[in-house]
Amino acid sequence: MGNRIVTARELAPQTMLFEIEAPHVAQRGQAGQFIILRVVDHGERIPLTIAGRDPARGTITIVAQEVGHTTHLLNALRSGDEILDLAGPLGKATDIPTGKTVCCVGGGIGNAVVWPQAAALKAAGNKVHAIIGARTRELLILEQEIAAHCDSIVVTTDDGSYGRKGLVTDALRELLSSGEKIDEVITIGPVIMMKFVCLVTKEFGVPTQASLNPIMVDGTGMCGACRVTVGGKTRFACVEGPEFDGHEVDFDELMTRLAFYRDEETRARQRDHDCRLTRQAERTATPGKP
Amino acid sequence: MTDEAGSKPKRILNRSTTKTPMREQAPRDRIYNFDEVPLGYTPEEAVQEAQRCLLCKDKPCVAGCPVGVDIPAFQQLVMGGDFEGALRKIKEMNFLPAICGRVCPQEDQCEAVCRLNKRGDPGAVGRLERFLGDYALTHDVNVTPHVDAPTGRKVAVIGSGPAGLTCASDLAQRGHEVTVFEALHRPGGVLFYGIPEFRLPKATLVREIEGLKLMGVRFVMNYPVGKAESLASVRQRFDAVFIGTGAGLPWFLNIPGENLNGVYSANEFLTRVNLMGAYKFPDNDTPIKPIRRIAVVGAGNTAMDSARTAQRLRPEKVYLVYRRSRLEMPARKEEIHHAEEEGIDFHLLHSPTRILGDEKGRVIAMECQEMVLGEPDASGRRRPVPKEGALKTFEVDAVVIATGQGPNPLLLADCPEIERTNRGTIVVNPQTMQSSLPDVFAGGDIVTGGATVILAMGAGRTAATAIHRYLMTGSAEPRPEVATDPDAEAEAAGEGRGA
Ligand SMILES: Cc1cc2nc3c(=O)[nH]c(=O)nc-3n(C[C@H](O)[C@H](O)[C@H](O)COP(=O)(O)OP(=O)(O)OC[C@H]3O[C@@H](n4cnc5c(N)ncnc54)[C@H](O)[C@@H]3O)c2cc1C
Ligand code: FES
Repeated sequence: MGNRIVTARELAPQTMLFEIEAPHVAQRGQAGQFIILRVVDHGERIPLTIAGRDPARGTITIVAQEVGHTTHLLNALRSGDEILDLAGPLGKATDIPTGKTVCCVGGGIGNAVVWPQAAALKAAGNKVHAIIGARTRELLILEQEIAAHCDSIVVTTDDGSYGRKGLVTDALRELLSSGEKIDEVITIGPVIMMKFVCLVTKEFGVPTQASLNPIMVDGTGMCGACRVTVGGKTRFACVEGPEFDGHEVDFDELMTRLAFYRDEETRARQRDHDCRLTRQAERTATPGKP
Repeated sequence: MTDEAGSKPKRILNRSTTKTPMREQAPRDRIYNFDEVPLGYTPEEAVQEAQRCLLCKDKPCVAGCPVGVDIPAFQQLVMGGDFEGALRKIKEMNFLPAICGRVCPQEDQCEAVCRLNKRGDPGAVGRLERFLGDYALTHDVNVTPHVDAPTGRKVAVIGSGPAGLTCASDLAQRGHEVTVFEALHRPGGVLFYGIPEFRLPKATLVREIEGLKLMGVRFVMNYPVGKAESLASVRQRFDAVFIGTGAGLPWFLNIPGENLNGVYSANEFLTRVNLMGAYKFPDNDTPIKPIRRIAVVGAGNTAMDSARTAQRLRPEKVYLVYRRSRLEMPARKEEIHHAEEEGIDFHLLHSPTRILGDEKGRVIAMECQEMVLGEPDASGRRRPVPKEGALKTFEVDAVVIATGQGPNPLLLADCPEIERTNRGTIVVNPQTMQSSLPDVFAGGDIVTGGATVILAMGAGRTAATAIHRYLMTGSAEPRPEVATDPDAEAEAAGEGRGA
């Protein structure tokens, strides 16, 4: 049913940006919300954050990093292809303050979400700082796009191949100690990064929203696979989140829950790998085929 | 079989005091597959069973059926071998016989009040219903009902469970333009994502839904109303709205350890296996963790389905843990019987107190408090009370919580203007299913809380009748003289159908 890909662009190795026709999601989606999609008929449902939208064109933008079997299939799609199923916008929108000073801290693929958040924050009249990190230069995505909405931006890489060498938390600590009053921090990225970001902001007493990415099945509040513990209470991230008070989130539990299907992921990935080898072998065996 | 069709019904009485048996896959075979367990009647068996019907004049069974299927009338047609006619008779009132024959709690409804109970087994109404439903599907019998001339009115149905599907069917027959919006990628609600393949083959459901499409009903999948579009906007685009979003929000027990890896809500467990087909992982992409020993908590249909689904994933052991006694188990009798046959280990009068995990956050055991039955509570059921000092630990690596569900949150979060009860269910006028908003009607589990397929269908039907009235006259209420006469009401409900 529609969901045609109009643009497919590689942002970094194994990281694709797609612009997809999805008029009602483009109409209603807000920063922080996500979609659930399925690529093939026997496929999984996976959540992906809405990175951008263009209501006039009726399109949304998503960014997918190849981490599992489904993102592997997704990232093989090109413009003109259709996404089998796409439901959204799901979850709650980011709480966007007005007239405040806010710092967005993103890491890895999470920077795809910093992008719409920074845009929304700026549009609401906030002063916006961004600290975005990546393991290494070639994995850094969307720096220009994010910078366009920010009053300042700091890039960090773990290996120092670009920007500042170090972790986002180092840059954050510096910003928070700089004397400028930061009213709020919004963070999204690997769980371990968000955990440490929240430890730092807690130390400085700065309210922090963390955007969580637990395993989801339906994304409509029907299964509880996405449950997280916040302030000692169980919450369903797909309907009550995905953003929660970072100082209350049990990040260790989230990490444990995210690791549950790792063996199965490995099996599925192994199969992707085998398929790729078979395809390559077939291609070499039948010259003339693309 | 079909050569008998159309011949004059003859009256041969079968005086057997037991139901004509239905062949089943043997327990030792079926726990290794997801194929259906009861195999259905042959035409000969169906005729033989129908011949047990006494054709009572006052038809107690019809009153026992939530949607008022004329059971003796269809049995009489089956006796004469007129299966197509019998099917039409059922379809006048119930458009999903292949499904209801499989999942209705007949023992509490039509079969409970059957006069044959005095002599032995009641008539096997459910099995015959299933036989006829299947007959239509396998014999390409066209029973697509007559559709009235278009009225130009548009109705949105939100949720494609049995309530929504029934409402859509009835409204389409009356010539209204119906669009069904569904949040998931497949229509059917619990019938698709919850009830397992071995109890309700998906092909059966898919074909029934195809029938609706033939009647002109439009289906929009992946469309969570309240998110994809506000209810307010849907109300603007349509002349009336029916909400059948179900009770899909799983409850947990609020005991320690519930977020350990390996603890699932029944919905997650069943959705992974049924909707997403995880039992075929890695051919299907959605995984389910291999299970060695599993405990299912609860004793309703959801619990039985979870336990029997678990058994088919080939663990060493499946426990079913329930805090009350056998008498209070809410599941259909047949499901309890099948579960026991399949080797599910029942532990009644046990109430979970905590779930224990290892250092990796995986379940290793569930601790339970033994209970004894005390005084009856408000529901009339004897209240279980803890037995002093009696704790029991089950060594398991998976736990499924199947102790009930609340209203689906997605739509309601978006429209505070609809009046609800303190349990979060939608308040409706029971005669019309009209909500506090005059153009919005609701029915099924979103109104009753978790109930049954047939009650959801009944609600969908009542709502359709009222919506039709609302669209044609501006008022959902029946005219006073009609309201007091149940026969006239039934007639009004049957109006316009090509039977
Ligand atoms: C495992 C299990 C086994 C059961 N077994 C039996 C049985 O044997 N016999 C029996 O009689 N009953 C059984 N029941 C109960 C029965 O299935 C339900 O009572 C019945 O399905 C309720 O129908 P419904 O139409 O109200 O809702 P549902 O079947 O719950 O359907 C609601 C639909 O609405 C969709 N939806 C929700 N929110 C939105 C939204 N905002 N926008 C669009 N769509 C939305 C949902 O995705 C879902 O598809 C069982 C239930 C379960 C869970
Ligand atoms: S993903 Fe199923 S409830 Fe959140």
